[in-house]
Amino acid sequence: MMNERKIRVVIAKPGLDGHDRGAKVIARALRDAGMEVIYTGLRQTPEQIAQAALQEDADVIGLSILSGAHMVLVPRLLELLREKGIADRVQVLVGGIIPDADIEALKKAGVAQVFQPGASTQDIIDFIQRSVKP
Amino acid sequence: MADNSKAATAERGEQERKPSPAEQNWERTTLRETLARQPERQREFTTVSGHPVRRLYTPADLPDFDYERDLGFPGQPPYTRGIHSTMYRGRLWTMRQFSGFGTPQDTNRRFHFLLSQGQTGLSIAFDLPTLMGYDSDHPLSEGEVGKCGVAVSSLRDMEILLDRIPLGDVSTSMTINSPASVIWAMYLAVAEKQGVRLDQLNGTTQNDILKEYIAQKEYIFPPEPSMRLVIDTFEFGMQQVPRWNPISISGYHIREAGSTAMQELAFTLRDGIEYVQWGVERGLPLDDFAPRLSFFFNAHNDFFEEIAKYRAARRIWYRVMGERFGARKERSRMLRFHTQTAGCSLTAQQPYVNLIRTAIQALAAVMGGTQSLHTNSLDEAWALPTEFAATLALRTQQVIAHESGVPSTADPLGGSYFVERLTNELERGAYDYFDKIDALGGMVAAIERGFPQREIAEAAYRYQQAVDRKEKIIVGVNDYVVKEETPLPILQIDESVARQQAQALADLRRERDNRRVTQTLKDLESAARGDKNTMPYILECVRAYATLGEICDTLREVFGTYEEVAIT
Repeated sequence: MMNERKIRVVIAKPGLDGHDRGAKVIARALRDAGMEVIYTGLRQTPEQIAQAALQEDADVIGLSILSGAHMVLVPRLLELLREKGIADRVQVLVGGIIPDADIEALKKAGVAQVFQPGASTQDIIDFIQRSVKP
Repeated sequence: MADNSKAATAERGEQERKPSPAEQNWERTTLRETLARQPERQREFTTVSGHPVRRLYTPADLPDFDYERDLGFPGQPPYTRGIHSTMYRGRLWTMRQFSGFGTPQDTNRRFHFLLSQGQTGLSIAFDLPTLMGYDSDHPLSEGEVGKCGVAVSSLRDMEILLDRIPLGDVSTSMTINSPASVIWAMYLAVAEKQGVRLDQLNGTTQNDILKEYIAQKEYIFPPEPSMRLVIDTFEFGMQQVPRWNPISISGYHIREAGSTAMQELAFTLRDGIEYVQWGVERGLPLDDFAPRLSFFFNAHNDFFEEIAKYRAARRIWYRVMGERFGARKERSRMLRFHTQTAGCSLTAQQPYVNLIRTAIQALAAVMGGTQSLHTNSLDEAWALPTEFAATLALRTQQVIAHESGVPSTADPLGGSYFVERLTNELERGAYDYFDKIDALGGMVAAIERGFPQREIAEAAYRYQQAVDRKEKIIVGVNDYVVKEETPLPILQIDESVARQQAQALADLRRERDNRRVTQTLKDLESAARGDKNTMPYILECVRAYATLGEICDTLREVFGTYEEVAIT
């Protein structure tokens, strides 16, 4: 449709970890669900991810983290989004190995939702479609 | 040459299935009646890899089966039934639990604990900064130090890590790839300090850079110089550390990235071919380095498919090394492998169920004739294992070894119509992939064009869709789900590890002979720019206590770094 803008999602893997199976599966599932997906590739710093979100006019940033570095990397990204003044219009989702104990802290820092291992791609699609207002 | 193996596979397996009159009779009567009364649960049955499985396998599935050509005897070509004539009756597989976390002190304590519990070999897991060739105090290391493995930035860390471990007696596997020669040099330097001769050392460095580009993505340098570093270790090992396996050609990570069993088999062995090719092109005598090449496979849930995969791997390697490379020594054609149960099969939900998954996977590895085995701990979908979980994982192997009766006979499933048929099918599928990769110009060229990466991403997506649609059931994830609170205690690594490591590095840089460090790094740089073997120069840097980061930076300067074209 002419005036319906596609939801724009930046999928990123911060940190040094190279396990990108999840990030790639999610990128493809969101694309198949009709979203515009930009996959940043591996080993992006929070700075690079925030910059990509700004440039791409993203509605959603999906972070895939399996290494245990989330409590350092995610809050830094959120801070950078605030500095760039886009924290209000970009939802940050985190997927990967995130222990229950860290979820509250991440949400308090501004993460919209955390998807743990075993989440279905449909759960993630539904969440984004519900929460992003075009 | 390659054509022979293709012709041989064409004559096996591809023929039309011709059931015997008795089998046709069974289909018309007993089977038809049953199906009329009760249809099967699914229209189609497939392995976890999506490979079709028939309801029954009979002699019709092995139309030109030749026992001696296809199976032979254990310890004899083509090694389908195993590489030792007595298999586990002579010696059990090595129980080698992969472990590493926090500081070198933390991991040293865990090693002594595991050895005291009856583990028979060491296997070191390094943290992400170490895997990427960064020191613990590098800005990019922040948040990652000691998290996925132990932090090792210098010979001093390695000395602490291996403290009171007699390197002349244990065998040690080190999961390190891009900076493998540096970490190996640190190990060799510790051995020297312990007074152990290099030719007494046993162990393995993973050192498989090709699968990093394909699957795990912990690479530093571009493929060509990376391959040179690998072949440097082959040559150095041949000459000075003859009992060391300088490489563990790994399918494990390919599978974890979402490949099928057939892709794991095919890409791993094609990687093996690539290393042999590069070694031969360097001018290394084939039968001097080939016997030290070792392999590493995954053990996933699909029991028979996994067993068939290991059997096919041995047979393919035997054929390829003879037909393609003209190996003369039997040991050059004998595929030895380590197995690890599938991390990607573990669920965060109802994690105690992972014990059962791991037991089934481990049983497949043993029935497939593995030389060594790591069993994952039940909590590894959440974190590195606690001591309790790690002990249970080791106990799983001990139960299989001493209580199940499985190790009493070689290749217990040999002769099963199903397993033999599946072995043939996997072998044929691997040869088809070899042809495609050969046509692309070899594995390095195929990687640069994203071929294996794309095949794996495709398989991973298909599998996820099957799970999301409940065509594949994962107990506790998409069926038999329960509500649960934080299900179990997990190992936490805090940021104090990074602070301790940073302090240790600051001390080291102050205390060492920095003139010697600069000189050895300069010597390494000029060796790397030329065509000398880098290994002796790296060893000199390490002996001078140059750090991992300093040595890798020197090589980055010469070789550049690699960025992949991301495929989604």
